[in-house]
Amino acid sequence: MESALGPDAKFREGLSNGQINLPQCDDCGKFHFFPRINCPHCGSTALTWHRALGTGEVHTTTTVRRRPESGGDYNVCMVELTEGVRMMSRVDGILPADVKIGMPLAVFVGDIDGTPAVLCKPAEG
Amino acid sequence: MTDNLRGKSAIVGVGHAGFGAAHGFSAYDIMAQSAHAALNDAGLKLSDVDGLFCTMMEDSMPVLMAAEYLGIQPRYIDGTMTGGSSFVNYLTSATMALEAGLCDVALICYGSNQRTASGRLVTASKLPPYEGLYSPRYPISGYALAAARHMYEYGTTRENLADVAVAARAWASHNPEAFMRDPLTREDVLSSRMVGDPLTKLDCCLVTDGGGAVVLVRADRAKNFPNAPVYVLGSAAESSHRQISQMKDFTVTAARESGKRAFAMAGVTPADIDVVELYDAFTINTILFLEDLGFCKKGEGGAFVSDGRIAPGGALAVNTNGGGLSCVHPGMYGIFTIIEAARQIRGDAPGMQLDGVELAVAHGNGGVLSSQVTAILGGASTV
Ligand SMILES: [Zn+2]
Repeated sequence: MESALGPDAKFREGLSNGQINLPQCDDCGKFHFFPRINCPHCGSTALTWHRALGTGEVHTTTTVRRRPESGGDYNVCMVELTEGVRMMSRVDGILPADVKIGMPLAVFVGDIDGTPAVLCKPAEG
Repeated sequence: MTDNLRGKSAIVGVGHAGFGAAHGFSAYDIMAQSAHAALNDAGLKLSDVDGLFCTMMEDSMPVLMAAEYLGIQPRYIDGTMTGGSSFVNYLTSATMALEAGLCDVALICYGSNQRTASGRLVTASKLPPYEGLYSPRYPISGYALAAARHMYEYGTTRENLADVAVAARAWASHNPEAFMRDPLTREDVLSSRMVGDPLTKLDCCLVTDGGGAVVLVRADRAKNFPNAPVYVLGSAAESSHRQISQMKDFTVTAARESGKRAFAMAGVTPADIDVVELYDAFTINTILFLEDLGFCKKGEGGAFVSDGRIAPGGALAVNTNGGGLSCVHPGMYGIFTIIEAARQIRGDAPGMQLDGVELAVAHGNGGVLSSQVTAILGGASTV
């Protein structure tokens, strides 16, 4: 069924339901992110949304240095999801300095200041 | 730009203004002072300018503001905004416009009071929607993510990064126009305050005021001016993304494509180049661009820049004015790559003038490694 929502609103609707949903191209089969009305790989507008597996790894990472009185240092990373797309995110649950490239991640919907957001933590096991 | 535009335009005037701290002057004041300096250098008047190529960090229509401020009514205008690469990109559109007869005197100009306006700096750029939530600090976080990946894939070290800053400072120490001229060591960079791992404060460009301007005419009349012409032998652009999260490979920039086409158009190779001026917003930039432009292989940039190899007396002269790291960085640096390259070819560089410079690269970067523009400039023997 045709969605009544634009791609950004549809993605955010998923997040508000605790789901990371991603558009996949019906023609070339590739996922993409950020959500848009055409596949950036082949230009097709035939897209179907799928729920992401919620797994990935750190593609690259940085620690943003901040004074302790302002909240201290925090992580900003690029997570590569198992679906093959990358997005900016943050690894929680460990010190920013312990976030390493290649580290396997669990990717989940958390919140940042009350806004639903894709966040990560080190994969268990 | 194709081969039939090779050498069809020439820079006949360069100028700058407001380096360091220009208290009491607006960005447009500094832009206009730079324009006057370049026109004086060319022996031309404002009323001669009929092509204007400009963008600023202020306003949504900066090129119109610039024309209005200067009191000119240009018949050809280009205000394409690709960040700091814009001004190198204008070399292409200016050459096309001149060659097509759409204008006869092209003025490329820029100015910023970023340092003295600090605290009330207005930027038209909002944080990208899918990134802003994570509070990256721009632009440094974008470059830090690229640097971290380069270190991971190729074993590039913080010492390699530091040596880029040390080399830039060594060039700047000879340049009376440079903002930072005190000696700098690798240890100073490594022990400087970490801002966004792996980049310290001294891995980052300066925040200064300043402006720059360049005047171009058709090559067939370029010899009728006070200074020796500097020919635009090649220029090419490639853009790969806007948001850092959309960069396909964090270790490869579109400079690989812009460089390949600019060199092909000019009919020269990196081995022929006497001096390289590139946009060093952060130390990782220099490494990435030297690799992508073909001065060394991908992954070997760290070793290539280390131990003084791009400093005065080294294997390759890179950023001979001190670059954005140590000379000047007023928000966008691109125009200064053209100015220093042209002055090295003319033989009137303000700092260390190299002998017999005939071929130079001016390379601009815009956004977060997003837009890459390469120009090859040459002296009289190259056309
Ligand atoms: Zn597709």
